[in-house]
Amino acid sequence: MKRELILGNHAIARGAWEAGVNFASGYPGTPSTEILEALARYPEVDSQWSANEKVAFEEGMGAAIGGLRVLVTMKHVGLNVAADPFMVFPYAGTVGGFLLVSADDPGMHSSQNEQDNRYLARMAKVPVLEPSTAQECKDYVKLGLEISEQFNTPVMLRTTTRLAHHKGLVTFGERHEVPRIEQDLDPRQFSVPIYRRILRPTVEQRLKDLESFAETTELNQIENSGSTTGVVTNGIAYQYVKEILPDADVLRLGMTFPLPAKILRDFCNIHEQVYVIEEGEPFIEDFIRSLGIDNIVGKELFGVIGEYSPGRLGSALGLFELPPDLTKEMTLMPRPPMFCIGCGHRTVFSALRQLRVTVAGDIGCYTMGALPPYEASHTTFNMGASIGTAFGLERAGKERVVAVIGDSTFVHAGIPALIDAVYNGSKITLIILDNSTTGMTGGQPHPASGKALSGKDAPTLDLEGLCLAVGVEHVVKVDTWDRKAVNNALREAIAYKGPSVVITQGPCQRLPEMKRRSLTPYFIDESLCTQCDACFKVWCPAITRTENNFPVINPQECTACTVCAQVCPTEAIYPFEPNYVQI
Amino acid sequence: MSEKDKIWSIVFSGVGGQGVILITEITALAAVKNGYDVKQTEVHGVSQRGGSVETQVRFGKRVWSPMVTPGNADAVVGLEVLEGLRSAHYAEAETGVILLNEHKIVPASVENAEQMYPSNSAELLIQKGYQVIQLSATKIAHELGDGRMANVVMIGRLSTLLPIPQEIWSDTLKKRIPLKYLDPNLKAFEAGRAAVTA
Repeated sequence: MKRELILGNHAIARGAWEAGVNFASGYPGTPSTEILEALARYPEVDSQWSANEKVAFEEGMGAAIGGLRVLVTMKHVGLNVAADPFMVFPYAGTVGGFLLVSADDPGMHSSQNEQDNRYLARMAKVPVLEPSTAQECKDYVKLGLEISEQFNTPVMLRTTTRLAHHKGLVTFGERHEVPRIEQDLDPRQFSVPIYRRILRPTVEQRLKDLESFAETTELNQIENSGSTTGVVTNGIAYQYVKEILPDADVLRLGMTFPLPAKILRDFCNIHEQVYVIEEGEPFIEDFIRSLGIDNIVGKELFGVIGEYSPGRLGSALGLFELPPDLTKEMTLMPRPPMFCIGCGHRTVFSALRQLRVTVAGDIGCYTMGALPPYEASHTTFNMGASIGTAFGLERAGKERVVAVIGDSTFVHAGIPALIDAVYNGSKITLIILDNSTTGMTGGQPHPASGKALSGKDAPTLDLEGLCLAVGVEHVVKVDTWDRKAVNNALREAIAYKGPSVVITQGPCQRLPEMKRRSLTPYFIDESLCTQCDACFKVWCPAITRTENNFPVINPQECTACTVCAQVCPTEAIYPFEPNYVQI
Repeated sequence: MSEKDKIWSIVFSGVGGQGVILITEITALAAVKNGYDVKQTEVHGVSQRGGSVETQVRFGKRVWSPMVTPGNADAVVGLEVLEGLRSAHYAEAETGVILLNEHKIVPASVENAEQMYPSNSAELLIQKGYQVIQLSATKIAHELGDGRMANVVMIGRLSTLLPIPQEIWSDTLKKRIPLKYLDPNLKAFEAGRAAVTA
């Protein structure tokens, strides 16, 4: 069998393919995005990006009660969006296997909060599987789908950033086709409260059955070497435990909801001291304490916040001391991420900075508009929040309030908020940064991009027409790399008497078609340059200084976005062509 | 631990866009090809946008954690001075090597970054007892036609410190780098290997 070094996320995709998954949906979000991107390479699986996580979940739910095997993927906060169907689906139960991948981000590498979705699963009464290795990322997909079909319940596969984005060796298998399960849709199973009251006890019974299953499943394993110290662990933390405590007895929980009370009780009984080592919240720990067991040590030693690592755990246990970094000896200034060279968002945030308006931001690369040097975006909460937040700030008395949202995020959760702003008489200005992709997660297509996950052409949502249709009267489209046009459009829109929308258009520089295009880089003519430094103020990382203090453009990095040339008062910046004649 | 059971740990650091992930992958794939168990970490999402990037590779007979503990790395490969310094404490105090590309990228969005940028960094590391190898990888790569191949020059130098034969490295480069760019990259790798006395 083939064995390859692959990402945890790619292993999940491979597992879905091997397990005969027929339909897969999701919305991009770090650290979950690579799963569907990898799955899309298998033609046997009907894979798609949906408009948002709720829609993705509902489409998967429909496919599963239609008898297909289904995989639905999203980042942790995506499940907040999909919480509505997630909480209700278990009452009816599923027909075909339904596996939800919920990717948590401890340490907030690319997120606005830390959130342990095992609590949401417990609330929905949905079983949770947690793989510990890349191999298990693959294997648990099949196991999860089998549990889903055996107990007629949706199942959550919970991953975390390190698990999703680490690579390990994974042994591949073949695909096993699973025939669609034929079952007529019975209204008594899928509709109205009166039937729901009948279904309610089945949820409790299923949970009891799953509790018994948790006591016997091989997902929960004990490695006994006769030590007096025991460790209860799960997920990626298992790998760290094996690294730093190779001799301890380990109870590794591959299924963390429902938890096996008897196994935990017995394990804690035969060990003098038990460490509970789980990244995130004290989910397992609190359960053990609720059993009346008190010879355990957990969060008070290892902490709740951020990611775990072997170094953090080992030093907490007093096994070794970590060498300090060099911050005592020197200034290790931070290097925050920033807009790419030629990024179309730059002109927008330069203009917003100049206009000194109140800006409610949203989720995407443009959260960086809050960072130096722009510092022009004042809030970032959750997907689509810019519009509602701007509305509320306006009601609270702020004048000239602007909401900034990307095209993908607008489609995801911005549209109802815009309808509401019109309906309730707001005069905010909405800027839609239309770069034809979901940028921050690496460039995924969406309903307004004209492409599908498969790479094929798809119907393109008309953003301008949509804004007009919901009742915005002032809607303007502008080339995002035309500084003056962007400035003027924003000024006019902000001055407008009602709600207004400015759509700034220009594809993301990271899109393959942008990288592939041939272009003539720009160049600074030192004979014309007066060293006024105006070009530095567009904050393009491709512009640095020569030894003689002239600005210079790195021709390998220049995207020919022209913004620096637009600000140069002496027209010293122009395309570098051997035969170019300055007129 | 016997040499046979040794687990090798390498930390790579640099600035988003310098190709940190590419050389991490090449190192990990070369280790796989040489028969080792291998684990690797990388970063995705917003941190790739011109910010600090740090990745790790561990290989040996049996590897558990993909993450390296500070003070345990056999080598720290810094593609840029400040980022190399940021990751320096991962190096094993006596036997670990810090490979530093003598190339500075001043953070564009930090005020007074030029003045705050660390100087005499190698001397300080040597004073602290680290083994430091400095390399003008960007300059070498530039002379070979493209400064962006500095990352490959650096793993050329790294390859001389690791128990993986040269032919496996070249095979891996051939497999991982598009044909169009392969030749100059193989030269960059060779230049790194040849820079032992640098």
